[in-house]
Amino acid sequence: MISMKRILLTSAVALACAGTANAAGLTVGFSQIGSESGWRAAETSVSKIEAKKRGVDLKIADAQQKQENQIKAIRGFIAQGVDAIFIAPVVATGWDTVLAEAKEAKIPVILLDRTIDTSNADLYLTAVTSDTVHEGKVAGEWLAKTVAGKDCKVVELQGTVGSSPAINRKKGFEEGIASASNIKITRSQTGDFTRSKGKEVMEGFLKAENGGKGICALYAHNDDMAVGAIQAIKEAGLKPGKDILVVSVDAVPDIFKAMSEGESNATVELTPNMAGPAFDALKAFKDSGKAPPKWIQTESKLYTQADDPKKVYEEKKGLGY
Amino acid sequence: MKRLNTASLTKALPQLLSLLIILFLNYLAFPGFFEIRLQDGRLFGSLIDVLNRGAPVIILAIGMTAVIASRGVDLSVGAVMAVSGALAATMTVSGYPLPIVILTALGAGLVCGLWNGLLVAYFDLQPIVATLILMVAGRGVAQLITEGSIVTFNEPGLIYFGTGSFAGIPMPILIAALLLVAAIAVVRRTALGLLIESIGVNRSASSYAGLNSKMLLLVIYGFCGFCAALAGIIIAADIRGADANNAGLWLELDAILAVVIGGTSLFGGRFSILMSALGAIIIQAMNTGILLSGFPPEYNLILKALVIIVILLAQSFTSLGGWAFLKAEFRSKGTNGQ
Amino acid sequence: MSDEPGLLTVEGICKSFIGFKALDGVDFTIRPGEVHALLGENGAGKSTLIKVLTGVHQPDAGTIKIDGQAVHVRDTQHAQHLGIGTVYQEVNLLPDMSVADNLYIGRQPMRFGFIDRKRMEKQARELLAQYDLHLDVSSDLSRYSVAVQQLVAIARAVDMSGRILVLDEPTASLDRHETEILFAILRRLRARGLGIVFITHFLDQVYEICDRVTVLRNGKLAGSALTTELPKLELVSLMLGRTLAVATHNTRRDRPPAQIKQFSFDKLGRSRSIAPFDLEIGEGEVIGMAGLLGSGRTETAKVLFGIDPADTGQIRINGNPVVIRTPQEAVANGFGLCPEDRKSDGIIGDLSVRENIALALQAQRGWLKRLSSREQVALADKFVKALDIRTTDIEKPIKFLSGGNQQKVILARWLATNPRFLILDEPTRGIDVGAHAEIITLINQLCDDGMALLVISSEIDEIVAYSTRVVVLRDRAHRGELSGDDITTSNIMRMIAAEPQGAPA
Repeated sequence: MISMKRILLTSAVALACAGTANAAGLTVGFSQIGSESGWRAAETSVSKIEAKKRGVDLKIADAQQKQENQIKAIRGFIAQGVDAIFIAPVVATGWDTVLAEAKEAKIPVILLDRTIDTSNADLYLTAVTSDTVHEGKVAGEWLAKTVAGKDCKVVELQGTVGSSPAINRKKGFEEGIASASNIKITRSQTGDFTRSKGKEVMEGFLKAENGGKGICALYAHNDDMAVGAIQAIKEAGLKPGKDILVVSVDAVPDIFKAMSEGESNATVELTPNMAGPAFDALKAFKDSGKAPPKWIQTESKLYTQADDPKKVYEEKKGLGY
Repeated sequence: MKRLNTASLTKALPQLLSLLIILFLNYLAFPGFFEIRLQDGRLFGSLIDVLNRGAPVIILAIGMTAVIASRGVDLSVGAVMAVSGALAATMTVSGYPLPIVILTALGAGLVCGLWNGLLVAYFDLQPIVATLILMVAGRGVAQLITEGSIVTFNEPGLIYFGTGSFAGIPMPILIAALLLVAAIAVVRRTALGLLIESIGVNRSASSYAGLNSKMLLLVIYGFCGFCAALAGIIIAADIRGADANNAGLWLELDAILAVVIGGTSLFGGRFSILMSALGAIIIQAMNTGILLSGFPPEYNLILKALVIIVILLAQSFTSLGGWAFLKAEFRSKGTNGQ
Repeated sequence: MSDEPGLLTVEGICKSFIGFKALDGVDFTIRPGEVHALLGENGAGKSTLIKVLTGVHQPDAGTIKIDGQAVHVRDTQHAQHLGIGTVYQEVNLLPDMSVADNLYIGRQPMRFGFIDRKRMEKQARELLAQYDLHLDVSSDLSRYSVAVQQLVAIARAVDMSGRILVLDEPTASLDRHETEILFAILRRLRARGLGIVFITHFLDQVYEICDRVTVLRNGKLAGSALTTELPKLELVSLMLGRTLAVATHNTRRDRPPAQIKQFSFDKLGRSRSIAPFDLEIGEGEVIGMAGLLGSGRTETAKVLFGIDPADTGQIRINGNPVVIRTPQEAVANGFGLCPEDRKSDGIIGDLSVRENIALALQAQRGWLKRLSSREQVALADKFVKALDIRTTDIEKPIKFLSGGNQQKVILARWLATNPRFLILDEPTRGIDVGAHAEIITLINQLCDDGMALLVISSEIDEIVAYSTRVVVLRDRAHRGELSGDDITTSNIMRMIAAEPQGAPA
């Protein structure tokens, strides 16, 4: 509620002083999807922080999960004559017309977090996204390094069946452990990216694998499922993080809390900082006129218990996750 | 009385048989399925999981049975779960004492249910439309309460509702069982059962007979909302957090399915709360079995659909007198053969 | 006419269902150009015979001949093909489709693989014009009254079959005027040479429209005769197999009228429903309420019982003002109402006879004070015996009972609450002669026991027979009251028709 208000307020204020954009800094319009998840809320907060750091006047429009709202917001940005437009597209298709309008007005467009399907890649300057395959790979490589040749049976909590992060994070993890023949994925089920399904499925895994004694590690496609599964492991009388290693993806605050308590071992960050690299690319483009690469991959940073999880938790908690 | 008992047993036969077959298949998939041991003073085993995981849907199905028997349906229970869970979590985080947290969360569910009842009984909206409003809006309200993120809490009192145990029995199972017994007692020891069935079969005629059908509908929907809130508290307590986006998502459909498997017609009338609970257990036994089976998750929904089709076919076969028919056929064939 | 060959002849038809013989060697002949009444109490075999004729059931024995040729009616479609069309009591049309669609559904004129609406609607208009019906054939059927819907169903059946028309209680839900229109059309169809089978409970209508009567009793042929050669009393005794005591004089009216009117309604009314009226009724009185359908009879009952509560006027019981805004309040004051539309407002179809009887008493006691199973069974047994409700089992769902027995169950439901004032809206509509007589006996009995009764009926003879006073309604208002010797059929008819009264006041 508070963060929503804050967003609305910020954008209202920003829109109000649209005419007086200061010449020293840039004015950037950001069409954000909405605030459907904690990560999304964090992305919005981080974008604001990054903008402030660079003296950029960032105007955020909340589309409430609707493409039509995003298109309206983009047209509004064009009419105000902003220096650049950031879009976190809610769907992949249907952007050609409005992007052509932006191009006509000579306003560069940068896509954040997600890409679009278009026949004409010239319609946008660049896309800043994470590589979900890479995230899985980082997790897999961490596990391979950690178990160091010992036999290890892994159970996997997949994301929603058929979703691209679920497919890619599975693929990446398998690539990461491909060279370690001692690591085997014995069970893999969907936990729908939710905490409660993560817990329920883990309960099943524990029963099916001799009360969990056969399981050496858990790989979860997101932290929420891992948090649920950690509770299931504890209720089965085992110690998560010790009896069963836990590695997951996303780096939301709650997993750092678990990590600080020794119940989780590692997480791969899906950074909410998409705007930072985008601002840098934009500045370089404005200064030198040199177009950045079509795809800017964000860093998939690995956090372990050695990274002072308690401190990270405190930092992340304020971001609206 | 003896005759009545065997009759009701015959009616329950397809459901009981389905449950036994599913449990047996689970046993084949995982030989340790029936093993139960004590873990940290709490019963532990797959069978316990079935009941424990099934508890929220059992609770929903209890409320939903009354609604469906009155010829209605409540699509909003999943969203109401999210609302009550969100309230319980945020209030706990803000430091409110446990009794107030629980009463507020349950009260919110009751209010949601009464709102549905108001729309159905006094504004004559079709139940499916009336409850659709809250199904959509309720989740939005829950998201506003949690500000779109998962609100995690560590208050042991609240967590006890999800993962605590009493005399070894996990709390969700205990709560569901108590509610089940209480609901059956209220419905059958008072005249509520008859009155609900009556307005479900013919609301107009019931009003002519002097039933206060509007008030009754209000009570029924209010109770359903209360049940949803209770289920919402349990699942929030279970994961120590309120996930407004996912809590109770699609569970309204599981609850409706449980009632249908239990043999209550969507056209209202005759109902059995016990059978609906059995329906919920069947659904969960199936879910747990699928998890244990090790099939790739892509098959989950197809497997579930196939099993449900078989159960419902068996059930309609029974209610059409199919077994008696087969017996007669078999007998006549037998005599012809001699 | 009787020597003409039969258009349709059935001989020695037998049909058994598990454990009981529905038809036992029935003969039946329909000649071209006659309206043939098929009568009998419920369960006499009328509907089974119709279902055999229309191919729904296959006979176990016997032959069906059309134009002297033996035929085997395979199913309803085949029956239509053979020229036999049927219109059932509950018109089986589609209310949400247009009139033209209803007339031609399943056989719409096609053009380029699409329905040729223009042509269909033109044909529909022409077809209905033959019946002097000028409807907007493109609008939904539900916009028209039940009577018009019935005529559309007849038009469809005649158009599809064209030789024999079977009408199952066509006048059950029609008022007098609508019945007249229907009869005019039947006369025209008769003139065209159609054979019409007419099933009804209204004996007057038999004499008004039918040329010949066939009576079934317990699955057997009880008799068949020309209407002109069969006096009414003989017809009734054919149907019942016994002679009916016909009430000719109401001795109750000789007694001095009740002095104390416990229930008084002053200027009670409801806008757009019923004009304000005064009504007083005391113990041991039966007020008959006569009027055409839509004259405000049912509206009066609904206002009295709080279903559509009055917006003006006052109710007093024993001189004390009371408020009745809901049926619950009416019941609390000792009222009861057997509604006009038994199916939608009376029975709880899926529930048992026992539960249906216990319902009103249970509602009155409140949900906390449950009638125990034993009490419910005792109650049901008592009324099944007292009212001679014919059911194999008190646990049988009420929907499987005949209309007359359903009506008795609804009566039992109210009698169980021990009402002081009972309103009966069309208690004898659509039920067989035997049950009819029993209900009239019951009305007299209840009245003698001191109950106050208000009976609404379309059967004026019936009203004359049991009423101590008669209120006549017209155009949603109470127009007059008759008492004592003024209560005669002709006086009531004149009042309904708004003609000056012939008999001295």
